[in-house]
Amino acid sequence: MFEQITRGSRVKSPWLLHYDCSSCNGCDIEVIACLTPVYDIERFGIINVGNPLHADILLVTGAVNHRNRKVLENLYEQMPHPRVVIAIGSCALSGGVFREAYNVVGGVDKVIAVDVYVPGCAAKPEAIIDGVLLGLEKFKKLSNNWRGVGGIFREAETNES
Amino acid sequence: MIDTILVVAATLVAAPLLGGLISGLDRIATARLQSRVGPPVVQPFHDVIKLLNKEPVAVNVWQVFCAYAYLSASMIAVVLFALGSDLLLVLFTQAVGAVFLVVGALSSTSPYSLVGAHRELLQTLSYEPLLVLVAVGIYLQTGSFKIADTRAWGAPLLLKLPFLYAALGLVLTIKLRKSPFDLSTSHHGHQEIVKGLLTDYSGPFLAFVEIGHWFDVILLLWLCSLFWATSWTGMILLVAVTYALEVVTDNVTARMNWRWMLGYAWAMGLTLSVVNLIWLHVR
Repeated sequence: MFEQITRGSRVKSPWLLHYDCSSCNGCDIEVIACLTPVYDIERFGIINVGNPLHADILLVTGAVNHRNRKVLENLYEQMPHPRVVIAIGSCALSGGVFREAYNVVGGVDKVIAVDVYVPGCAAKPEAIIDGVLLGLEKFKKLSNNWRGVGGIFREAETNES
Repeated sequence: MIDTILVVAATLVAAPLLGGLISGLDRIATARLQSRVGPPVVQPFHDVIKLLNKEPVAVNVWQVFCAYAYLSASMIAVVLFALGSDLLLVLFTQAVGAVFLVVGALSSTSPYSLVGAHRELLQTLSYEPLLVLVAVGIYLQTGSFKIADTRAWGAPLLLKLPFLYAALGLVLTIKLRKSPFDLSTSHHGHQEIVKGLLTDYSGPFLAFVEIGHWFDVILLLWLCSLFWATSWTGMILLVAVTYALEVVTDNVTARMNWRWMLGYAWAMGLTLSVVNLIWLHVR
């Protein structure tokens, strides 16, 4: 029963972290649009947090390049389990029109594991909200046995290494 | 003895439930004021249950200790209040909790956390003198610091201590983390420096801080209700009106800087309190 309550709460309280890899800001504007009174994602308990330690869902827009891949990896590492990664827009999916550029690594999945892909250039706010709700399906299936993934002082350990 | 245990148990169960519910209603009211629909009323409980079940990540052992200490101090303060104990003891227990919250944030090396902790200290500096003066005013009127004696007092205290109640309103705005005094952590979707205090609290420890905050809210609203302790209707009406005013103030004001907050809280708050105390003394 406790497991069911936990699962329900996870699904109803996803906190987002939005990271702009090297997006043209088209997708970013659509992500921010979701927070406005028109779409009001707080209806679903979704809050846009600026802190990876508080976040459940990582939204990534833009193609990954050699500079920001370290930042992306760092943000992902800092997010406590359980977590979901959602790639938004053509660039985040595959590198988009920038895929041939010498500085571009490619899509987000070249660096970290992606759970949901939201296509579009730019992705529509409706599609982004649908993508987040699709990502929540992962939380629904998750049991409580994920515990013990890392030590409690994970951050301190990574700093030393 | 059995009575005491029952009161303690009832308080420990009811206070967080009520605190979470108030927080949920607050979020809906704020959303409606911003022409949004807002989350369901049980949203704060979803948030806390989710946080409790996230992977625990901590900077160091002091931070974990401080999160537990903050929650315990807040719980003890509310339980002491329910038992009708000494008002000064309750307020100082609450202050110990507030300081542990700051120490936990200071134990991290994150600059956001440090800036947030300093801001929180300035807030504590702004409201603590006013809280003590409220207790002094209640003592001058009823002749006792005991909460049980205040509850048994024959006439509503609000009629004798109106200015002190206004000063308590200032404290409430700071403690409920409302604009214009939400310099360190706010209930709106803020980030970075404004949320600095909570930067390194995460998962279960953030949940402890949130539950501790619910206890703090209950403690302060209960303190407000003492000002009309003669009837249940008056008590509930006074608290409801005060809280509604806080939500409106939160949504119609912008955030101020710490100099303004300290100056305003001390100049306005101390003046209001001292005028009320002199009036009580001269009469």
